[in-house]
Amino acid sequence: MARSQKKGPFVDEKLFNRVMRAKSQNSTVAIRTWARRCTIVPEFVGQKFEVHNGHKFLPVQVTEDMVGHKLGEFSPTRTFRGHGGRAR
Amino acid sequence: MPRIAGVDIPAGKRIEYSLRYIHGVGPKIAIDVLKEAGIAIGVKAKDLTEEEVTRIAGVIDENHQVEGQLRRLVQSNIARLRDIRCYRGLRHRVHLPVRGQRTRTNARTRKGPRKTVAGKKGVKEMSRG
Repeated sequence: MARSQKKGPFVDEKLFNRVMRAKSQNSTVAIRTWARRCTIVPEFVGQKFEVHNGHKFLPVQVTEDMVGHKLGEFSPTRTFRGHGGRAR
Repeated sequence: MPRIAGVDIPAGKRIEYSLRYIHGVGPKIAIDVLKEAGIAIGVKAKDLTEEEVTRIAGVIDENHQVEGQLRRLVQSNIARLRDIRCYRGLRHRVHLPVRGQRTRTNARTRKGPRKTVAGKKGVKEMSRG
């Protein structure tokens, strides 16, 4: 079920402010964040993030294509090492 | 047999149904197209005049993406998801369900035919625990 249009996209305010501050200072340091549920808005493009996956922070470089997705979509939370097989 | 939108040759059925043989035309679009082209619903496809067929083709061409064009659009959308390494893209890459469905059982459309693993317990034993 899609989110109601009237609410607009969900953006973590604190994170948004941090992005704006980083941009005004032309900072290239990745922003560490737990805000996986935050929508990627056009202002984030070009910014580096480190998104928590419940275990560690994974680097995410935001590109134009990613706008509209959530940060968490780029930081997988599960590791799948494959099934069985004699080699293992 | 009239030809609309390239290769498609709908049969001797009512046009609102024969139009649905075109990839990208379903019940809704078929009726919309007929309304726009000013053709009565219920006419058999074979009873359409040459001119009416071109009119239908024109309306579809103008307002809807169908066949190869539509297939390419869908493919490029999937390719985009794959390229940005997002969760949905990863699921497409490994050919598993994309929208959060269970994969412990079912999901055969995405996973393909069952690959039986020797030594694995059957469902009955598992439920007895």
